[in-house]
Amino acid sequence: MADVLPWLLYAGAGWIFLAGLYGLVTSRHLVHTVVCLSVTQSATYLLLLAVGWTRGGTAPIFADIGRHRRVVDPVVQAMTLTDVVVGAAMTALLLALSVQVAKRRGCVDPRLLRSLEQESEEERGRPAPGRSG
Amino acid sequence: MSGLESQLPVLLVAVPLAGAALVAAVGHWVPRILADLTAIGVAAATAVGAVWLVVGLGSGRVVCWLGGWDPQPAGKDGSARESVGIALVADRWSAALAVVAAVVVLAGLLFTWRYFEETSATYHGLMLAFLAAMSGFVLAGDLFDAFVWFELMGAAGYALAGMRVEEPRSVHAALEFGVVNTLGCSFSLVGITLLYARTGELNLALVGERLHDRPPDALVGLTFALLLVAALVKAAVVPFHFWTADAEAAAPTPVCAVLSGAMVATGVYAVARWWWTLYDGVLSAALAEHLLLGLGTATALLGAVLCVCQRHVKRLLAYSTISHVGVALLGVGLLGPAGLTAALAYLLGHACTKGPLFLGTGVLLNQYGTVDEHALFGRARGHWLTLSVFVLGGLGLAGLPGLGLWWGKASLEHTLTTEHLAWLVAVVTVSGALTSSAVLRAAARIFFGLGADPRERAEETATEEHEEQGEVTRGVAALMLAPAWLLLALGIGLAVVPDLHRAGETAGEVFTDHHGYAAAVLRGASGAVHAEHHALWTGSSLALAAVALALSLVLAAAWLWGPPALGRTRVVGALRASVDALHGLHRADLTEQVGWLVLGSAVLAVVLGR
Repeated sequence: MADVLPWLLYAGAGWIFLAGLYGLVTSRHLVHTVVCLSVTQSATYLLLLAVGWTRGGTAPIFADIGRHRRVVDPVVQAMTLTDVVVGAAMTALLLALSVQVAKRRGCVDPRLLRSLEQESEEERGRPAPGRSG
Repeated sequence: MSGLESQLPVLLVAVPLAGAALVAAVGHWVPRILADLTAIGVAAATAVGAVWLVVGLGSGRVVCWLGGWDPQPAGKDGSARESVGIALVADRWSAALAVVAAVVVLAGLLFTWRYFEETSATYHGLMLAFLAAMSGFVLAGDLFDAFVWFELMGAAGYALAGMRVEEPRSVHAALEFGVVNTLGCSFSLVGITLLYARTGELNLALVGERLHDRPPDALVGLTFALLLVAALVKAAVVPFHFWTADAEAAAPTPVCAVLSGAMVATGVYAVARWWWTLYDGVLSAALAEHLLLGLGTATALLGAVLCVCQRHVKRLLAYSTISHVGVALLGVGLLGPAGLTAALAYLLGHACTKGPLFLGTGVLLNQYGTVDEHALFGRARGHWLTLSVFVLGGLGLAGLPGLGLWWGKASLEHTLTTEHLAWLVAVVTVSGALTSSAVLRAAARIFFGLGADPRERAEETATEEHEEQGEVTRGVAALMLAPAWLLLALGIGLAVVPDLHRAGETAGEVFTDHHGYAAAVLRGASGAVHAEHHALWTGSSLALAAVALALSLVLAAAWLWGPPALGRTRVVGALRASVDALHGLHRADLTEQVGWLVLGSAVLAVVLGR
């Protein structure tokens, strides 16, 4: 029983990461795409916390506990916090861009959005085969 | 180094960051000219500081442990060190990259002065934040710190690329750019976390020392693969490059110059920095060399071929950026000081060549409302100032002796030959000639109306880009080209200043000195390095340059006047079909781009994690 928990956490982080990737690759809505991206990011939070975990460790705030209490690694907690902030900023920015894409293109399905390479080809009067938008 | 000089790395980050905050906070309430001048002043001050650092450094390093969190002795004998502090580490090449970032951002801001009639102060703030992120990244001595700078660089980049929210392509490209780059950073954060789990450290020097203590296993290789993902996405290396053409075609022109000149360079720099501080002597050098040389070759050739296929000039320049990054990656892939020096010199020269080309394109866009090569056919006759930028830039891409790319290209070819990889010289020559021929072809059509007139068809189909601003007078155009000339002049300086390449080679030895880096960061020690120097202006390098230039001119002529009958021969037909197939892959939508990223990461993980 001793150290099953960390492995469970690692497996969970891997699972969440892959789930996010699966969502990104199969996404049919830009908001869904951005949320899947934050799902992959949240896998990194779990991985970070799993790395710093110790059995019986408490929060690394020494104001009200003895100096010799066992605590979890504070470095990964600081990294997780920074990562959460970075992730929130990115999600906000990308959602704002998705709103603009929906307004300007009238379409939120990444597969139906005509790719820009294709668009620049169609301007040559040579319609490229495949998707249309 | 003492006094102010030892604090320069901190200032190179803090000054642009404070400038960004100031401009963003009060920019909306002050006249436009004040915001312009503040931003230009801050970028110029950063450039001066970075040059000062390059000059003052010599063959040493400056290490700043922020907040006095110096490394402490650990263990009984006191020889080992441990630290939770964050270090900034500058050596000559990292400071040189900071110079490039500052100069290119400065050129972009100078260009903007007369370019946008209306810009919000947000633009200036974002440009300065971008600069702070780039100089922070190249000076970072800490993995997590590097990750945060990478993310900030990305955030500023997406916001700048999608700044013109009324333009559908612009926001679309910014979204792709954002999703792909953020995902790449997530992969690398997993790598950083695993390295921390293995070593208990985040400082590059300390992680490197801990990795040396134990024989490497699959986990160490996997962390290198994961770290590479974010760097290769930023550097636009195949198959992580799909965002580049869209972002650089749709972003405002001064932003393109920064993305193409400075940001992709930080990606290549990251590969080099992580290899030499963390994995040199730990992982198999032969394996890494094969991997990087393969990626570099693929990127150089693919970018060059697709560059020739474009007629949207900004998209053309974007693919040529991809190609040149591939060439620089070849230099890093040699995993030696000479190759590294060549690669970084190549990137410096590239910024001084591609930047002016983008700015020149911006002038065309400004005057004619389009950058379509066919729609512009013969319309810019007599624009000698813009033409000269295109000609010098175009010939510079093929490595014309005395222009920006000359140093890097000649050194790279010399190193490849001495490493018995002469066939890669052909890759460098062909990709340089192809990208150069595409630029010269565009210039010949736009400024002289040479070749068959494609306008009848173009006028029906080409949409005017509702970009940026209306007509300007020629005097203003000359003023807008001033920053392009500044960059070209700096490029010429790189090529002709005597002994600059010797200093670069010594700095390359310092950069690749794994033990010297750790000793300087952890123990404040300084050591001497010995570099082997070689001459730049040799007969063989001049001959190779002549070959590349001749090939470029022949190809450009072929694109302009190639007889249609040639297109019906079987060989050319087959060639065209394969290029079309390649082109078809580049119609990837966002989900497919993510798919390529995942596939590329999986391949890296399998190759390095074995």
